[in-house]
Amino acid sequence: MFISSQTSPPSFKDYTLVMPAVAVGNVGQLAVDLIVSTLNMSRVGFLHTDCLIPMAGNNPYATCKEDAEELHTAGEVYTTAELKLAVLQIRAPILQTKSKKFRQLLVSWIKTSGFSRTVVLSSSHAYQRDDQQLQGTPLRYLITPSLLKVSADALKELGWKEMERVPAYPGLTDTNTEPRLCIPGGGIAKGLYTDSCAEDLPLAVLLLFCSEGDNIPDAFALVNHLNDWLHMLDSHSPEPNKWKIPSSWNLLFGSGIPPALY
Amino acid sequence: MATFFGEVLSVYSRAVEEDDEDLEENEEDEQIRRELEEKREVQLHWSPEVSDSLRSGNKLQCSDFILAVGYNAASFLSAYVLSSSNWDKVGHSSVWNERSRALSDQSSEESACVFYRHKDNPSVLMCQVTCYIAEDQLFQWAEKVFDCLQHRGLNVTVLSDCSVADYKTADYLCGSSAPFLRSLHTSAFSNQHVCQSLEQPNIVTGLSAAVLNHCQVHHIAAVVYQCYSDVIGPDSVTMETYKPALTKLGRSIQLDTSPSTDVLRKVIRTTDIQSNLYI
Repeated sequence: MFISSQTSPPSFKDYTLVMPAVAVGNVGQLAVDLIVSTLNMSRVGFLHTDCLIPMAGNNPYATCKEDAEELHTAGEVYTTAELKLAVLQIRAPILQTKSKKFRQLLVSWIKTSGFSRTVVLSSSHAYQRDDQQLQGTPLRYLITPSLLKVSADALKELGWKEMERVPAYPGLTDTNTEPRLCIPGGGIAKGLYTDSCAEDLPLAVLLLFCSEGDNIPDAFALVNHLNDWLHMLDSHSPEPNKWKIPSSWNLLFGSGIPPALY
Repeated sequence: MATFFGEVLSVYSRAVEEDDEDLEENEEDEQIRRELEEKREVQLHWSPEVSDSLRSGNKLQCSDFILAVGYNAASFLSAYVLSSSNWDKVGHSSVWNERSRALSDQSSEESACVFYRHKDNPSVLMCQVTCYIAEDQLFQWAEKVFDCLQHRGLNVTVLSDCSVADYKTADYLCGSSAPFLRSLHTSAFSNQHVCQSLEQPNIVTGLSAAVLNHCQVHHIAAVVYQCYSDVIGPDSVTMETYKPALTKLGRSIQLDTSPSTDVLRKVIRTTDIQSNLYI
């Protein structure tokens, strides 16, 4: 599971963990990329598991030629001590048959590491919103009772909108069926949330309704939203676009085009 | 999603499909799932001599492990290295998955992933992989194979095929630039480079990535040489691209620098049979 890349294993005691759910438009993963690259976080270990499809590449956050050659893998953990922040980046899809096992692994790792709270960044299909979800902001949150106890005031101040429960059978007003939580395309976010509720884990899910496409604006929306709560960056900074786009984001739409075209 | 002309298309999403796995699963389903999982397990079959030593707790002494993934890489080894007949077949691995043929004959299955050992220098191990290993089997393959090898002083070299269509670059690639080689190595690897390092945002996937990941977390020196080629199927020009990667290992491997055309022809002919449909 977690394998430290340093000689002494890192301590995550009282750290906040931010992690993505591989979901629509990869918004959570893009947002995490922005956090790692902007805060210049250092890698402390790998998430080495058979639940993720293997992939490898050179440093996705390279800033110069010297630090470009460094192997990075599908699951990695980054930290910054000043903010007491740890970030888990997942760069590959989770094997569908192993998503349950992956959730269990994550929950037990979060528990043993002693994170004070966990924030899961996710997204959900915009086209599957119901009438009430269509109105207002596309951002939603979910929070487990154990985190609500300590963060109720902060949440009230933020004025965020909670993810609506939808009726099990839309259109039918049957009082017997309870409205249920539904995050279409949200990956493991829903499962992690329900697992954490059952295990009394302090966890929150931040999500955004979006569609597949150029999801960079969505990633900025989500990371700014998260920043309102965690204050990773000074929100009063004069520059409007203070997040640093990592070098691995270039060529998102493929290679250069043949000059002979013009 | 409906298009302008009204036909309904299913929308492709990179997200993991929402499945109702929380629904109660009956016992029969569970049993089928378990049996499928067992069947998909990676099997290693070693020669009696090797399996005896493994059983007694002695891992394979290995200084160099060369892994060729894909037809070009495997054919390169066949033509340039294995032709010297200084190699013993010591085992093979078999995988069963959705692309395995239902009625595949024993011999083709055995030749899809073969391990060879050098006769004079038994610490040099080589493996040719031409079969498809499914995404859920990659991790396991790397675990199982490396579990049989002695880790101390181990150097891993992976040669891997890739299509140039998967290569991203800001400049337009003109036809003459392919085939070319790119490398990616673990932090324990310290040898000098024979080619350019793989540029972001390009990545390595499949078996080479599984091997790199395994080596990275276990501090094994490993390097992947990925050859980007614009030809489908093995061809001699693409194969030649791998030459610099192995000449570096000169001390342990004798590279037959100019294989006879007969050898090359034999390697290439195997794929010709399928492509003569329109002749």
